Amino acid sequence: MLDCTPKELKERNSGGAINPAKTCQPLGAMYAALGIHGCLPHSHGSQGCCSYHRMHLSRHFREPAMASTSSFTEGASVFGGGANLKTAIKNVFAIYNPEVMAVHTTCLTETIGDDIPSIIKSTEIPEGKIVIHANTPSYLGSHVTGFSNMTKGMVSYLAEATLPIKKEQVNIIPGFVNPGDMREIKRIVKVMGIKSIMFPDTSGVLDAPMTGKFTMFPQGGATVAQIKDSGNSKLTLALGRFASSDPAELLAQKCQVPATILKTPIGIKATDALLVALRRAFAQEVPYELEEERGQLVDIMTDTHFHFHGKQVGIFGDPDIVTGLTELVLSLGMKPIHILTGTPGGAKGSVAGSFEDEIQAMLKSAGVSANVKAGGDLFTFHQWLKNEPVDLIIGNTYGKYIARAEDIPLVRVGFPVLDRSVHSYLPIVGYRGAMRLIESISNALLDRADRDAADEDFELVM
Amino acid sequence: MSEATAAISEREQFIAIKGRRKNTIKCDTDSIAGCVSQRACVYCGARVVLNPVTDAIHLVHGPVGCANYTWDIRGSLSSGSELYRNSFTTDLREQDIIFGGEKKLARIIDELVAKYQAKLVFVYSTCIVGVIGDDLTAVCKAAASRHGIEVIPVESSGFIGNKSAGYRAACEALLKLVDPVDRREAAASKAINYLGEFNLAGEAWIIKDYLKQMGVQVNTVFTGDSTRDTIKGAAKASLNIVQCAGSMYYLAGKLEELYGIPYQQVSFLGLDDTAQSLRSIAEAMGGGELSDKAEELIRREIDRVSPIIKGYREKLAGKKAAVYVGGGFKAISLIKQFREIGIEVVMVGTQTGRQEEYDTINALVSDGTVVLDDANPAELERFMTGQGAHLLVGGVKERPLAYKLGLAFIDHNHNRKHPLSGFDGAINFAQEVYSTVCSPVWQYTARQGGS
Repeated sequence: MLDCTPKELKERNSGGAINPAKTCQPLGAMYAALGIHGCLPHSHGSQGCCSYHRMHLSRHFREPAMASTSSFTEGASVFGGGANLKTAIKNVFAIYNPEVMAVHTTCLTETIGDDIPSIIKSTEIPEGKIVIHANTPSYLGSHVTGFSNMTKGMVSYLAEATLPIKKEQVNIIPGFVNPGDMREIKRIVKVMGIKSIMFPDTSGVLDAPMTGKFTMFPQGGATVAQIKDSGNSKLTLALGRFASSDPAELLAQKCQVPATILKTPIGIKATDALLVALRRAFAQEVPYELEEERGQLVDIMTDTHFHFHGKQVGIFGDPDIVTGLTELVLSLGMKPIHILTGTPGGAKGSVAGSFEDEIQAMLKSAGVSANVKAGGDLFTFHQWLKNEPVDLIIGNTYGKYIARAEDIPLVRVGFPVLDRSVHSYLPIVGYRGAMRLIESISNALLDRADRDAADEDFELVM
Repeated sequence: MSEATAAISEREQFIAIKGRRKNTIKCDTDSIAGCVSQRACVYCGARVVLNPVTDAIHLVHGPVGCANYTWDIRGSLSSGSELYRNSFTTDLREQDIIFGGEKKLARIIDELVAKYQAKLVFVYSTCIVGVIGDDLTAVCKAAASRHGIEVIPVESSGFIGNKSAGYRAACEALLKLVDPVDRREAAASKAINYLGEFNLAGEAWIIKDYLKQMGVQVNTVFTGDSTRDTIKGAAKASLNIVQCAGSMYYLAGKLEELYGIPYQQVSFLGLDDTAQSLRSIAEAMGGGELSDKAEELIRREIDRVSPIIKGYREKLAGKKAAVYVGGGFKAISLIKQFREIGIEVVMVGTQTGRQEEYDTINALVSDGTVVLDDANPAELERFMTGQGAHLLVGGVKERPLAYKLGLAFIDHNHNRKHPLSGFDGAINFAQEVYSTVCSPVWQYTARQGGS
């Protein structure tokens, strides 16, 4: 039996994690950097870090994930990694010739105090090539923070305000979502008739088509020219507070592009909010194509609401995704009674608001009381479920141990999904993404009902 | 020479082409900074070796990532405890980096021991622990006496070497567990230890069953499906057989030095190597009746399996394979096993192969075969396509690369789904090769598997 978790709740104050619900910053930085066209992410640390991040990304996306490493040795960790990084920069452009090299740090290089900007400045970089960097200490935040920090690096190195009047275009920072989600958000903005710059943009990189050739740098990704031009846009929409608000605010400071922070557009409410923000800023009517999609979604929700009403759910994963999923399940009449993220959640009662505050506010208005925790682990989540069982778990692949131990269906959403395929191509955002989520949730619940039904209760039409 | 353009000049000495270029290659060195290396670190090496110890708490002392990326990824099976499939980390935060992590580590060991009643804890050091200078040995020693259990530090800071250094750190940790015994008593035992076998997809169980049929007991496996108690009793054996030499040569040597247990290398990949290994074990254990039983088993199994393998060989004849695996010994076995199913290996690479293994590889392969150490993806692509391979054997990072090139793929690492050891493993291997090389999906891809 794969269940080692005791039911009895005891206060835990050791500070350790059992079955973590997050991973470290550098992974998120590597993922974000892959969303720049022609970019080679570079891990400044031991070669294991780079190898692990590439492996983890490869398992989730089922695509090659390219990145180089400073290959630290004992000497480098004593005398500093400057020499390794200089050699690495030289070799990366000589061998792989990317347009951009995006350096991120690791716990090792942060602790020995390598000063990345001055190392980059004192290294000869080939004409027309760019090296950017982000500090991503593994002992702060999570992979979501790393994604945010590398996106900030894009803004601080590349974005420029070159025009006196802002262009009629919107910047979209999509957050730590799949390429399929990024494609869907771009489609929605395009259907609205608005020009957009999305960065980072991993579509066309980590969902590239099979051509029979291996290309180190696939066709997708935000180009350097686009990221530069983001300083000339009229508005930035930061989708997902944890992954996207810092870079949007930096862009506002640096290039005076106003920022609007929205939820990751999961479910009808958050998608409505995205369209409202676009309509207001660009005085565009929402075209029939999107109204039709919304209408279809509402139709589906009414057709199926009785399957969902009152069902209890446990949700875990990255904070922006969990927030969106919580809102979606509430809109279906479900009761999310256990909600957890591994990412530290921001200060309670702070101006920006903490994860727990935001979730509690949504629950309060729906009249649901729940366990809510930021910076938690799956040991805690499992204990909650043992004490108060649910009908459904929504989370990443790591939830499968709990799902099996407690015999509860699991709908896989988020990062990482290591044991199912195709998920990274299809969206969970927008009205269409909501339809897909509703289908997944309803299939999971009804498959379970079919499995558990006695012969006399087994029904053809449900 | 077009092959060389993929490699910068420094890399050329890591690549050889049989019959055309120098036949010795540089290996067993650090990767070059700035390369997209497929290699991992010291911690990774130590973790993969120790993780199959099923009833241990594997506590990773460091920030969350190192524990997370190694959480239950090996696919080693257990016949008992499932404790090793959980992920335990001290999840070091900024204040721990500033003030040191020793107290937190001690607290977490206490918490975990109380929760899980484990009798063995491995505490892995990661990069940052090597830098902030936590005294792991002292914390572990104190915790061990506090709880009356074994708490073993694993010196596996990532930057102190490559994966091989991690194997060694794991071996050191295992040696600390083994209880000394009276040698004469142990030498008379009919039990052996099986080193360098991790019970992926239950492979150790298959070989244990063969040995049982011959009348040989397996004392403990290092480390597939092992426990604290079986490892503690490891000195009570009269022979060590070593499969994954890269990870376990050091331990085998030490066990011989300390407890006088002789060792020999074995391989259970393919019919030929499996038969040879069973024979040599029987002989080392005194021959006679054991050897008769071994011959009987080999004859019976080969009679059963050969016609099936032959069926696959007919379908696969003329196909070409590329091999890129961790250790050199596995590469050698794979070259032989591919021959059994009619496939020629046209490219061989390893992450941590040793010079003498590369010499053996070179003697085995045909002229024109490319041999390379610590390859990067660009090199793998160049040589696989240049050599017209239909199939790549590799690990998780190589799979999507092969597929993008329109090549079939076999995972011979942590993600294997069927046991590939022994006689039944040979059938599974042929079946897996067949199902990927002859899949209809290649009809839809631009390149059609090697053509």
